[in-house]
Amino acid sequence: MTSTQSDNQSHRQGLTRRQLLLGGAVAGAGAVAAVGIDFALNNQTQVGASPPPQLNGDETIPFYGIHQAGIDTSPQTHAEFLSLDLRADTDREGLRRMMRILTDDAARLTQGSPALADSEPELAKTPARLTITFGFGAELIARAQGQPPEWLQPLPSFSIDRLQPEYSDGDLLIQIASDDPLSAAHASRMLLKDSRRFATVRWIQSGFRRAYGTEMPGTTMRNLFGQVDGTTNPRPGTNDFDLVVWNTTGWLAGGTSLVIRRIHMNLDKWDHLDRSGRDQSVGRYQSNGAPLTSNPTTAAAEFDEPDFNATNAMGFPVIPEYSHIVRARSDDPQHRIFRRSYNYDDRPINSEISNSGQIFVSFQADVDDQFVPIQRRLDELDLLNEWTTPIGSAVFAIPPGCNETGFVGDTLIL
Amino acid sequence: MSSLHASVRIILIVFTASLALSACMGAESTLGEGLTTPTDTKVSVADSWVISAESDMTAAFGEITNSGADSVTVLYASTNAAATVEFHETVENDRGETIMRPIEGDFVVPSQESRSLEPGGDHLMLMDLTKPLQSGEEVAITLNLSDGTSIEFIAVVKDFAGSDETYEDDTMGEDE
Repeated sequence: MTSTQSDNQSHRQGLTRRQLLLGGAVAGAGAVAAVGIDFALNNQTQVGASPPPQLNGDETIPFYGIHQAGIDTSPQTHAEFLSLDLRADTDREGLRRMMRILTDDAARLTQGSPALADSEPELAKTPARLTITFGFGAELIARAQGQPPEWLQPLPSFSIDRLQPEYSDGDLLIQIASDDPLSAAHASRMLLKDSRRFATVRWIQSGFRRAYGTEMPGTTMRNLFGQVDGTTNPRPGTNDFDLVVWNTTGWLAGGTSLVIRRIHMNLDKWDHLDRSGRDQSVGRYQSNGAPLTSNPTTAAAEFDEPDFNATNAMGFPVIPEYSHIVRARSDDPQHRIFRRSYNYDDRPINSEISNSGQIFVSFQADVDDQFVPIQRRLDELDLLNEWTTPIGSAVFAIPPGCNETGFVGDTLIL
Repeated sequence: MSSLHASVRIILIVFTASLALSACMGAESTLGEGLTTPTDTKVSVADSWVISAESDMTAAFGEITNSGADSVTVLYASTNAAATVEFHETVENDRGETIMRPIEGDFVVPSQESRSLEPGGDHLMLMDLTKPLQSGEEVAITLNLSDGTSIEFIAVVKDFAGSDETYEDDTMGEDE
């Protein structure tokens, strides 16, 4: 059989490839020879063809498990944080119904299936590592007649705080994270539709990291100051991570806590700081994130241990005592957290040209034992405070994951 | 909702006989009581849900699959959440309008095939609800099949704003 005019699309592409490869040689050859080459090339192409590329949109993160997903999951490129206030008539039974519905939505959407009653099922088919994580505020736990963890309350007020109610607190948190912003938006829409009867929106924050494929997975993120941010984070999958993050008591066993703080970053003021000043404010080189006692050019130096005792020719510490990494680090190994933050870059207000910052997100087994001591040290002294201002703050208890027959929160709302 | 009010009256008049019959069946179908669900049934229902409603009537959806070698007819459906359950279809009438009406003839699920019950298509109508159906509740619905078996499935109640529906003979269609 010779090639016919009714060739399908893929065959036409094959001809195009052939023409590209052989150029005029084929045009000058006899028809029979050309067909022979055509067949040979097509067969060759099929035998040696690489499989179609694995699309990231098809990637899924398991939903069910001991822990909720979206915590030890390698951070997706986009995240939406929805904080809801419960309606006055949402009681324990209402909470149970709400969490069953929202859990079912999340279980389906994260696996690339439409939610029940999904009016845009097409948008559900590319989850792109979508995870949906639920957190409970004190009011929700009270209405569930459960025992709140002692640390579940607004953080102590710090002198640097300029908190705005529109970015603070809430009864139910939903963290939606995906490598695709459209998939995240659809999940957000679906979950808000199904929670509308039970709760109202208090605040929503949207954040981003590098787009998918821009950097190797696992690369430490950069914030909008340009800094490498999160180098010393515990690594998921290690015993260290488990100790820092997972709570082990009562209905929260397998869960954790989430602190979310909206940190405004004054980019215009930051512009006035020279490179040396920027490095000194953090104690790390902006170039590669390495501590100032290490190499500012090699990538691996990012993970070198800082030498806090090293001094310069003048006798001063190489890593200044007022720098962020000195202040954030404690001698007490318990004072550690796992950060999973996102950047925000919103529309400027009035005559300014930037309204940017970080949606700081950290997970830790116990807020009072781990997060608060660090924040106290940073509040007392941290040169970075010159350029950053916390404008929102909330704390949530993150219940453990669930299995196929349960729902998120079923250890609290039986 | 008002168009639902108007139409439910009409349908109640038209289907008085079936209502009385199904009311008896509904009484039998309390959850987990007196229902035989043979393990060899070849019919299953997946992804089922019901539109939340305070009263009157509402619709149920899902995917009915017949994995058996023979086609199966669904004789009737029942639930303790409603007096009667009807199979409805969505069709275009003479005036080119999309309307919903009871399916004429048998509801057959051919061998090795699935039939979708979905907004804008075929669906179950739960008539004369016995109680409000709130988002997140579960409703047990029983399908009685021509092969002598019955299957019960659990549908979750969800809020749903879509598919503004017009019923056959619903000439009013106005807000009350």
